[in-house]
Amino acid sequence: MRLLEHIYRTISSIRGPLLLVENVFSARMGEVVRILSPDNREMDGEVLKIEGDTVLIQVYGETRGLDIENSSVVFTDSIKKASLSLDIIGRIFNGSSIPIDNLPMFIPEKLAPVTGFPMNPSARARPEEFIETGFSSIDGLNTLVKGQKLPIFSCAGLPSKELAAGILKNAALKGEKDKFVVVFVAIGLTYHEYSFYRSILEEMRMKFVAFVNIADEPVMERLLAPRFGLTVAEYLAFEKGMDLLVVMTDMTNYCDALREISTAREELPGRRGYPGYMYSDLASIYERAGRINDQKYGSSGSVTILPVVTMPEDDITHPIPDLTGYITEGQIVLSRELHQKGIFPPVDVLPSLSRLMQRGIGEGHTREDHRKIANLLYKYYAKGRDLRRLEAIVGREGMTEDDRGMLNFADAFEREFVNQGMIRRSINETLDAGINLLKRFSLELK
Amino acid sequence: MAGKIKCISGPTVSVEMSGLKLYDRVYVGHAMLTGEVVRLEKDMAVVQIYEDTRGLGIGEPVKGVGMPLTVRLGPGLLSEMFDGLQRPLKRLKEDMGPFITGGKEIYAIDYMKNWRFHPLRKRGEDIKTGEILGYIEEGAFKHFIHSNRSGRIKWITDGDCSLNEAIGEVEDGSMLFGCHEWPVRMPRQYKRKLSPSEPLITGQRCIDFLFPIARGGTVIMPGGFGTGKTILEQSIAKFADVDIVVYVGCGERGNEMAELIDDFSNLTDPWTGRGLMERTILVVNTSNMPVAAREASIYTAVTMAEYYRDMGYHVLLLADSLSRWAEASREISSSLEEMPGEEGYPTYLASRLAGFFERAGVVETLSGKVGSLSMVLSVSPPGGDFTEPVTQACLRTAGAFLMLDTSLAHRRHFPAINWFQSYSLYAKEIIPNFKERVSSQWEELMHRCREILQREEALREVAEIVGIEGLQDADRLLMKASEMIRLEFLCQNAYTGDAFSPPEKTVSKIADIFKFYDNAEEKLKQGVHLDEVLKQ
Repeated sequence: MRLLEHIYRTISSIRGPLLLVENVFSARMGEVVRILSPDNREMDGEVLKIEGDTVLIQVYGETRGLDIENSSVVFTDSIKKASLSLDIIGRIFNGSSIPIDNLPMFIPEKLAPVTGFPMNPSARARPEEFIETGFSSIDGLNTLVKGQKLPIFSCAGLPSKELAAGILKNAALKGEKDKFVVVFVAIGLTYHEYSFYRSILEEMRMKFVAFVNIADEPVMERLLAPRFGLTVAEYLAFEKGMDLLVVMTDMTNYCDALREISTAREELPGRRGYPGYMYSDLASIYERAGRINDQKYGSSGSVTILPVVTMPEDDITHPIPDLTGYITEGQIVLSRELHQKGIFPPVDVLPSLSRLMQRGIGEGHTREDHRKIANLLYKYYAKGRDLRRLEAIVGREGMTEDDRGMLNFADAFEREFVNQGMIRRSINETLDAGINLLKRFSLELK
Repeated sequence: MAGKIKCISGPTVSVEMSGLKLYDRVYVGHAMLTGEVVRLEKDMAVVQIYEDTRGLGIGEPVKGVGMPLTVRLGPGLLSEMFDGLQRPLKRLKEDMGPFITGGKEIYAIDYMKNWRFHPLRKRGEDIKTGEILGYIEEGAFKHFIHSNRSGRIKWITDGDCSLNEAIGEVEDGSMLFGCHEWPVRMPRQYKRKLSPSEPLITGQRCIDFLFPIARGGTVIMPGGFGTGKTILEQSIAKFADVDIVVYVGCGERGNEMAELIDDFSNLTDPWTGRGLMERTILVVNTSNMPVAAREASIYTAVTMAEYYRDMGYHVLLLADSLSRWAEASREISSSLEEMPGEEGYPTYLASRLAGFFERAGVVETLSGKVGSLSMVLSVSPPGGDFTEPVTQACLRTAGAFLMLDTSLAHRRHFPAINWFQSYSLYAKEIIPNFKERVSSQWEELMHRCREILQREEALREVAEIVGIEGLQDADRLLMKASEMIRLEFLCQNAYTGDAFSPPEKTVSKIADIFKFYDNAEEKLKQGVHLDEVLKQ
């Protein structure tokens, strides 16, 4: 055990974001280091690997301008921690947790390691409290509940940010005013996208905390920003009893950063060059959603995660959406085809899914007829979609009257139920819209 | 044995130490993290750590235990929930709160608890290792205690005992205990293996009827995400006709486990009417818990399963999912800088998997009873592509293959088992049993069901070109019958009373559909219009 900070000037190599330092006395895994460049810039880094007295360091921030002779490395004997306090609400930070809103740093009530600790599975409460997003395709057919992690699978050019913003607005309206907090994590966003989200947060006068990494900022910080965000979320939820909605966008940039760093470390690449541990790494983020079952051990708050994933080449089997889908409790899939038809939100309900829906709907949660309506809408829409393929071959005229009715239903379902523009619908309005649609096509409500 | 940490790289640590054996368990650092020796060199050992290595420093002490990674076996395992290293999660929560913050050793077995021991052997009798000494009542189960020694019994307890004291002694002075430790990577012994012949009824129509599985068999269920692997695993865990269920959540979601516990605590075993948790052991290493412990979790689970098998029980091990185990091996292998095989998986993947699958089976135990260990394992192929190495390696050893189909899942056809691609190698051995127990027509009905599904597929292709109107009436009727089979028979909603279908119900349901079909066909022949026929 060392008590003091140690300073070394024994850097032996610099490779991208990685430094090799020699002759280090008793370093620790994950220890935070400060690197001082010759032009007196200071940046943080973390111990990645130790071989005897040689230490491999990963630098957060820009390594340009570092040299071997004059740069020095300070070992701090502590691990990466996030500063926490109720004063964090309303603040904006960069990916290294430094305020960028021109206000001074707050005084922390406590510090907690950013990677967090895994929640004991026996301490988890079953998520079953309905969150109203205001969108029929989600509330009605793919219901979101508190403590769930539900990603939005989007394609380049689709309005995922408008959808995420819409969900934020409505959840904030419906949530208990002083208990509802948004953590917004921007990962490699363009300034244009970021300012859109920021204007929403400010316009809504929402309680929020933001960690922002813009596209031209250090890649390493893309890995840190979501972890800072989630550490804050866990603190507010499980110590202060608040309901947290964590929006992380765009996880595709996160995964690309992970691949970039992994390659720099000369690790063995897996599918499409992404590291073999990407599943575990993504899980260490997504699995931080949840609730605690026993108030003896923590507060009654919740962490709900809404990541946005842009599917490269619109391909749902690409490693990023694929691994995300294996970890998260469902997915909201956006469709280019619906978008081109002018439908907003362009949610394709067939591949979309909410795994935690079953317990979050029905009497006491939404409405007692919710499950029945959802099943019928789904069933008939799936049938209509199936028939569209047939229609392409034999033409509408060659089909039975029943089948034509089903095709019309599928069209109406998309135009009227899924499509709603920016007009919010309450859960009652959503379910009534569903009933009306079924009635109009005289589909039985058995 | 003691040594010092020399190098740390992710979850692997090199230590300066001698006297260790391969796969010995060691405690590493001031935090006493559990590790396992995976490589030995002169005066150096490479240790795989089962916990988070953050904060670990060079020069910290390492202590050898002189034993490999073991689990503790004895009464009190049922209805408990353990992590991959067999730490009891409920007691861990009471100890350190809702988050698992570090290495802390809590034994799986509560040594202070009092149990009632009923001896079945008497003083002065000769006993051999592996023979039954007596039993402890563990819930509704007779928890048989096997002798760990051979010799003449000097004394034996009759009455209350705790597990930290001996329950007897043999004449050479060795003590007999009610619990013991067993290395997880070593299969437990048995007298001989028997071939599977009895069915394992799952209550899932599609499985029991089309792809029946055997007690002692191995089943894999690969499927992309959203195909309902977990729901199907859980349904089987709820309704399977076995004595004991060991469920492994290997690298999967935490919320799922909360759901499972919630469900299981409120449900009863349909075969005995007792609480479902009473027959269940959970081993849970969620995706965010340490990777190396995830690798160990399936071994921890299978060893406990074998322990109950040795008492003559029928045990079912379910793991969700084996792919996460394989990925954990891959991460470990790459941190050891081993030469990678296909897609980065270690080249020993197939042989390790085969070794694991072989721990299933029907056996005659050392005490002469017959017990079985069956496995139902899900696989999560990346991108839903079944040509990947884990699915392929499993296919070589598994006795049944239930392919979960994404397109069925999108149509909300659950369980999404593809009836053309799936197979069960046990069908031949088991069908006679169903014919005898349930219905003499079982096999006939099954062939007919298959044939209709097959013909529908062919007709569907024609219909895509000429339209359904262009088909002959007889063919349209067949399509209707097939649709009934799919929607009413093969589909089974896991959230309603239909979630469990005993074999009698299964067979009567399919027979009803055929009855309708035969009647309708008859009417058609008599010249009744098809629309009339279908209306009834």
